[in-house]
Amino acid sequence: MARLELEGLSKHYGAVVAVEEVTLDVADGEFLVLLGPSGCGKTTTLRMIAGFVQPTAGSIRLGERAVTHLPPWKRSAGLVFQSYALFPHLTVEENVAFGLEMRKLPRADIAARVAEALKLVRLERFGARLPRQLSGGQQQRVALARAIAIRPDVLLLDEPLSNLDAKLRVEVRVEIRKLQKSLGLTTVMVTHDQEEALTMADRLAVMSEGSVRQVGTQRDLYERPADRFVAGFVGRSTFLAGRVEAGGRFRTTCGLLLRCADGFSAGAEGVLALRPERMALSASPLQNADNSLPGTVEFVSYLGALLDLHVRLSPDDLVIVQMPNRADGAAVPGIGDRVHVGWAAGDGRVFLDEGPVVAETAGPRYNDGKHGKGRLP
Amino acid sequence: MREGPPILAARRLGRGLLNAAAGLSLAFILTPLVFVSWLAFFRQEVPSFPPEGYTLRWFANILGERAFVSGFLLSLEVGVAATALGLALGVPASLCLARFRFPGREAINTLLLLPLVVPGVVLGTSIYLSHIELEIDTGWSLTGSLAGLVIGHVLLVIPWSVRLVTASFVGLDQALEEAAQNLGANPWITFWRVTLPAIRPGIVAAGLFGFVASFGNLEMSLFLVGPGRTTLPIAILQYLEWKIDPTIAAVSVIQILFIAAALVMTDRYVKLARVV
Repeated sequence: MARLELEGLSKHYGAVVAVEEVTLDVADGEFLVLLGPSGCGKTTTLRMIAGFVQPTAGSIRLGERAVTHLPPWKRSAGLVFQSYALFPHLTVEENVAFGLEMRKLPRADIAARVAEALKLVRLERFGARLPRQLSGGQQQRVALARAIAIRPDVLLLDEPLSNLDAKLRVEVRVEIRKLQKSLGLTTVMVTHDQEEALTMADRLAVMSEGSVRQVGTQRDLYERPADRFVAGFVGRSTFLAGRVEAGGRFRTTCGLLLRCADGFSAGAEGVLALRPERMALSASPLQNADNSLPGTVEFVSYLGALLDLHVRLSPDDLVIVQMPNRADGAAVPGIGDRVHVGWAAGDGRVFLDEGPVVAETAGPRYNDGKHGKGRLP
Repeated sequence: MREGPPILAARRLGRGLLNAAAGLSLAFILTPLVFVSWLAFFRQEVPSFPPEGYTLRWFANILGERAFVSGFLLSLEVGVAATALGLALGVPASLCLARFRFPGREAINTLLLLPLVVPGVVLGTSIYLSHIELEIDTGWSLTGSLAGLVIGHVLLVIPWSVRLVTASFVGLDQALEEAAQNLGANPWITFWRVTLPAIRPGIVAAGLFGFVASFGNLEMSLFLVGPGRTTLPIAILQYLEWKIDPTIAAVSVIQILFIAAALVMTDRYVKLARVV
């Protein structure tokens, strides 16, 4: 295992920028997730680490070695492919042994390490099978065993759970995480699935349009999103457009005056981001809330444990309020009901249109200030 | 759905027509084979209906005709050699055509498939003429030689190997090769240990079809055989010029069985339906 450092890593295809200036430092034994929508450059970044894509600029260090210009077969980066890419003509054992044979290990050592790797993924009894005789979940575990059997400096996971059904996915992510921790594997995983990312990572790097928007722990990203994109991509936010006014106030384009965190220059245009789960709902005005506004319920989503209420505060301003689904179902407002929505000033986060100038920057380890315009969810 | 029943009826009609067309084509292909096989067992020397009785003597007769035995062996020898050479040329060509984009790629692809389209007589004439030219220039006696015959037959194998093997390369998940490299295999080892086994069904099918094309070829071979060197189709043709007894039918039955056996054996090894 080793530390992985990416320094100013970029990949351009002609005029198209796939990855721009990615700098990341993954500590020994750390699980870092690259999270972002499709086309954000996360897979290209992973493929540069594996050596399948030559970077246009920047460098990659793996442990004590600069591997930027090494071909894939001279790096020690075990990759689990999205399609698993198991060799169809080889048995499970032969698949796992492949990398060890390439390292020219003695036969006895290979057998021992294959057995060990298969034991780790609980497939000891499947060694003689061919990949096509296994279920999707088992194939996925073979791919994992094959990657860890070579004891790579870094384990790379490319959307490893996307081909599994929903129930299995939840089990496997716990399993991978436990295995990664017990072996102390430095790991980089790519995914577009927020929940998957949040449950597995030590730290996350949120990517969009080729750049890293923010790096931090789950809490960093959720509580202190660096920009509008992160606020919309990690957790949920509803956005109200408007401009900042003096004294910690925000006026929406429809004229609602709201209290928010102070520290922005008055007159600047931007959005106010609100977390649905931080909104309070009441039949009467909320006395203790910094903001309390009347509105009309426009839509109700029944999500089982939770309810989403879309409340219109003004012709242009709609907020989503999430509430727990309690036994007293009668208390849930229906469509067309007049309600009051309240929240604390500190729960409204302002993102200005030019650059993500956040009031309290919580010091995420990486904060690229150049990219202001995030895509709205 | 208001339009449900008419659409359903149309679909049923369409399927019926398709089945009818398929059945008709199959009958068209199989009828001659059925009649030839039947004829091979007729007792009378001049084929006529109805059969006067049945016998196996025409099959015994084959062994008496040296031309058939030596023709079969020569066709086998030429077919195997041409298939091996055709694959040795066709597989690397397919790899380049499937993996790389270069100017003239389409033209080369078409050129390699051309022997399928060019009439055998034209092919035979031109190869014969070029062999003569070559012989005049270099003194190598290619005309009528075994080497000359094999070289000609390689041309029959190449289109099949290029077509089928290219299809296999295109259908190959490149993540497999990346996985091998990720595990420490250089491109050379990757090719031998991962790429080649993965496209093996395509190669086997290409070899089989190339062999069948070579084994049954008449027109081109007519120009390339020499004295005392006759392939099976030519031996059949020559026999027919003098006699029309059911010996020919018996030879055909053996030829059909031989090729059918090859197909069945190959199909057990690789599912042909998946590559062709």
